Amino acid sequence: MDDIDIRPPAPAKLYLYDISTSIRIRSLQRLRAIGFPIAAVLVALCAGAALLAINGFNALDVFTVMIGGVFRNIHSITEMLLIATPLILIGVGLCVAFRCSMWNIGAEGQYYAGAVAATFFGVHLNGLPAPLHIVLILAAGSIAGAAWAAIAGLLKIYFNASEIVTTIMLNYIATIATSYLVTGPMMEAGVTYPQSTELPHALRLPILLPHTRLHIGILIAIALAVIVQAFLFRSSAGYALRVVGINPHAARYAGISVRRSVVLAISISGALAGLAGAIQIAGVDFRLYQNISPGYGFTGIAVALLAYNRPIGAIFSGILFAVLSAGSVLMQMNSQVPQVLVFVIEGMVILSVVAFGALGMRAGRSAV
Amino acid sequence: MNTEIFLKMENIHKRFGSVVASAGATLEVAENEIHALLGENGAGKSVLMNILCGVLAPNEGSIVFKGAPLKLGSPREAIQHRIGMVHQHFMLVHNLTVAENYMLGQGSPLRLIRDRSELCDRIRALSDRYGLDVQPDALLEDLSVGQQQRVEILKVLFQGIDVLILDEPTAVLTHQETDRLLLLLRDLVADGKTVIFISHKLDEVMRVSDRVSIMRDGRVVRTVKTAETSPRELARLMVGRDVLMELPREPVECGQVVLSVTGLSCNNELERPAVRDVSFEVRQKEIVGIAGVSGNGQSELALALAGLLPAKSGSIKLNNKEVTGMCSTAVRRLPLAHIPEDRHKMGIVLSLSLAENVILHRYTDPPFATRGLLRFGAIAAHTRELMRQFQVKASHEDVAIRNLSGGNQQKLVVARELARNPDLLLINQLTRGIDIGAIEFVMQEVLRQKVAGRAILLISTELEELLAVCDRIFVMFGGRLVGELPPDRGRLEELGLLMAGNTAEAARLAAATG
Amino acid sequence: MEHFNLLVFLAVTLAAAWQTATPIIYAAVGEIFTERAGVLNIGIEGTMLIGAFVGFATTDLTGSLALGFTAAIAAGMLTGLLFACFTVTIKANQVVVGVALNLLGLGLTSFLFRTYFVHTGSGVPNMPAVHIPILSGLPFFGVALFQQNIIVYLSLAVAFLARFVLFSTSFGLTLRATGDHPEAVAITGRSVVLYRYGAIMIGSSLAALGGAFLTLADVNQFVEGMTDGRGFIALAVVVFSRWSPVGAFFVSLIFGLFYALQLELQAQPSLGIPYQALQAMPYILTILALVFVHNKQDAPRTLGVPYNKA
Repeated sequence: MDDIDIRPPAPAKLYLYDISTSIRIRSLQRLRAIGFPIAAVLVALCAGAALLAINGFNALDVFTVMIGGVFRNIHSITEMLLIATPLILIGVGLCVAFRCSMWNIGAEGQYYAGAVAATFFGVHLNGLPAPLHIVLILAAGSIAGAAWAAIAGLLKIYFNASEIVTTIMLNYIATIATSYLVTGPMMEAGVTYPQSTELPHALRLPILLPHTRLHIGILIAIALAVIVQAFLFRSSAGYALRVVGINPHAARYAGISVRRSVVLAISISGALAGLAGAIQIAGVDFRLYQNISPGYGFTGIAVALLAYNRPIGAIFSGILFAVLSAGSVLMQMNSQVPQVLVFVIEGMVILSVVAFGALGMRAGRSAV
Repeated sequence: MNTEIFLKMENIHKRFGSVVASAGATLEVAENEIHALLGENGAGKSVLMNILCGVLAPNEGSIVFKGAPLKLGSPREAIQHRIGMVHQHFMLVHNLTVAENYMLGQGSPLRLIRDRSELCDRIRALSDRYGLDVQPDALLEDLSVGQQQRVEILKVLFQGIDVLILDEPTAVLTHQETDRLLLLLRDLVADGKTVIFISHKLDEVMRVSDRVSIMRDGRVVRTVKTAETSPRELARLMVGRDVLMELPREPVECGQVVLSVTGLSCNNELERPAVRDVSFEVRQKEIVGIAGVSGNGQSELALALAGLLPAKSGSIKLNNKEVTGMCSTAVRRLPLAHIPEDRHKMGIVLSLSLAENVILHRYTDPPFATRGLLRFGAIAAHTRELMRQFQVKASHEDVAIRNLSGGNQQKLVVARELARNPDLLLINQLTRGIDIGAIEFVMQEVLRQKVAGRAILLISTELEELLAVCDRIFVMFGGRLVGELPPDRGRLEELGLLMAGNTAEAARLAAATG
Repeated sequence: MEHFNLLVFLAVTLAAAWQTATPIIYAAVGEIFTERAGVLNIGIEGTMLIGAFVGFATTDLTGSLALGFTAAIAAGMLTGLLFACFTVTIKANQVVVGVALNLLGLGLTSFLFRTYFVHTGSGVPNMPAVHIPILSGLPFFGVALFQQNIIVYLSLAVAFLARFVLFSTSFGLTLRATGDHPEAVAITGRSVVLYRYGAIMIGSSLAALGGAFLTLADVNQFVEGMTDGRGFIALAVVVFSRWSPVGAFFVSLIFGLFYALQLELQAQPSLGIPYQALQAMPYILTILALVFVHNKQDAPRTLGVPYNKA
């Protein structure tokens, strides 16, 4: 394409009608990016506070206990970051799927698939140098997650099967299969409790801060958020995914393969969820249990939606939800408030995000 | 005929945002007549009739019906006044039976629909009376389009209407079905009904109507008695308008053949034949126009040429290279540029920025992407350059394109397609939905491209647009190219006749003026 | 003796299957109303939990099973109203709102249960089984089919009633048309918005009733997250049954049968088949159904698409 004339950029020329409107539009775009998520969280927290107050709790005290507890010392902060790690990874992956209009509700199952594969390769493979072995474990987890998700993608493009239903079903199959594995083939010998053999010590992820459990997983998560952000918004392939998600007709006109994009998007989200599962095994649990996820796959949906499907945003929303869930444990211990309050706040966050999104659309239209 | 005014719509205005659909239309219909409403696409026929049947509310204007002013809030109220409409897109539910469709919305929601033998008998009786052959127990999705239309007509009659409005009833029908429909309309009038039917086909208007009103640009320009007019006069009234623009055109010598289509046929999405045995050539420095009322196969022709719709038979050659069966990406690399018919559906991605829309086809090509990464510097510079050259009014290339006016969106699409220096420029609807300033700008650009040596195929429903820029004009009707004419205003009537499918009359006219 | 054992096994399994299928039947029949009107509500899992909890709480406080069921249905309607506000009025993405509803349902019920009931320990009164005269005395199958409680019997009635309402009343006709061609409904003067609100609320109240069955007529105690995916199974049942209420009844029974067999198998580990294989069967079956039943044209045409007035 040598015919394109690339001169130095012409000085921005001002036109009559729209300079003020498009400044308004750009500022509105920015407002949407930062203001709406903050507002959504505030609305959800208010709803949580109201729920607490109605049921006779002092909301202010409860929130103080939560936040104060999480940020009490280095140890509590690192424990929170251990929860943030899978949430960020899953949320980042779901940003990709949702951007391509693939409603992957199955991150939970993909997380399990990743954890199983990581455990398998960690326990049954011998003789590799530890660093290489760790990389292999994480890769195995990602591939397993991607493959588990790709099932739903392939069923969608070949049989037009709704990915919403298939991913939910695959969640159950994954958790049931895990339950079978830890009570059967992968069960630790000589133990009655359903769990797998422990990973060798050498295969544990390096610790970031001495005397804490914080491992390098959080760095991997943040790095991947940045990489996936770049992939979505700065790479050709990411561009194609987004076009397919917004307007499949235009994608076809542009020569983009809709089918390939759809499978790629859901596989990427599955890979990140699978990686989250593998990191959990290699960094925190070191062995497979029946219930290795307290619903990370579902909270991940809220993480992605609150970030308005922007991977970098998922770092912050992931940490926010990690603070809420770590805080809720403390809250339950210290103020007898059930920690499940977190789910209520998550649900409210999604509803507020949706409501603000609709509002923003209207404001966007009236601005022109 | 009685002297009292039967139905009069006066000074009707209707605007959708900034688009004026009806600009003070006045229409008078006499009782017990077949009144045809004739006009090109976008003349405002459907809007006017949707106002009469209560679907749309006018911004201004009044309706007088049977001597009393008529104010309609909903289609239901129109039915109560015994006015009913058969819409172009049938209001029939595909997974219900005919009888169930007739029951829809009738009576209390608690009513049982089990025992419908009485209803079925009444449907059969009415169907027999007009020879419509409607089976009350048939499932809608099992019926052909022609059968569905008869079901829809009978549904409106079943509601006991006096005034029946039909919107382009023959557009979806075969030749035989059309004949049958026109006979039915006569029967209805003989039965005391009044029929208004929207059409752009001259022969059927001439055959069946008592009077014709011709619409142009949201106004009724004339109402004539069918017996006192001729297809030629109607064609002239329909297409002949004030000349919007005269673009200076320098004579250019055509170059070698760029596009050569022979015997091309293809089916539409519903697997029905849409393009039938079409052959033509487009040369360098030549603009070839394809005129025709929409729905005559032009969309499918454009998609087939762009590699987006498979050809059933025939061949497409670009620069002497066989491209039939190639995918759109391969065809584009030849290079062919394609300005699609529906901007919002295909041409742009509304929620992406201007810059992101500019690289829609070139998101993997250097310099916009290298090693798989988008190069925003190059993209932004290119976008700004296109915005400058094509006077796209937006302050920044990062603004979402949905915030631009239709004209500015289209200028960006044209700019994007031309930037690739195509050998063939395929345009379907250059000026649809854009303002007059933008129209003139893009048309001048197309002419410049011709002088610069490109071959251009311009498909349009706007005759004015074709006359202003084309070197030759084909008329497409029923999937075939039915005639070829020079862009001569003197032969407008002939064009109109061909577009309306009146080939014989057009031939006679051509011979006469010969 | 062999034959006798097999028959007993069959009878017990069948009884358990219907019992297990009952909440799924209610939820699936309700979802058929919703989807037939063009709305996909994946929030019925959360709605079932809300029904289960509200039913339990009300009965625990008042001692009345009837009040418990009534309150559950009312709570379901309110949940449906919330869902409809977001999906029909605000026109938000139905999947996203459904996900939120599931989180809200799980969070709210668990929160309130732990706040008020966790120490009570005791369950609510048992729903008595109704022995149908004569039939319940039949050998083997009498126990299976004619000694259930009233809510189980009602599930069959509700399936047939739903078929009657959807296919034999003017209301059902309009509802089905709303999911297929909303403009054709609007032009007759009926309100598409109102019908969609109605369909969603019917669906949600039936889902809540199915949830209440769990706490009031099955395990007689509330357990956090006790629906355990039954709402999602119901979504699959709807597709599997091709949006037919009576079909949904029988498909749910098949799913219930697998549950029951899996429980039997868990009790007899000597057979050598991992019980998880049967546990996973309904989910695998659902995916296979989506692949092989492959019934795009049976789905309501505007399923998941918000309605915009012209």
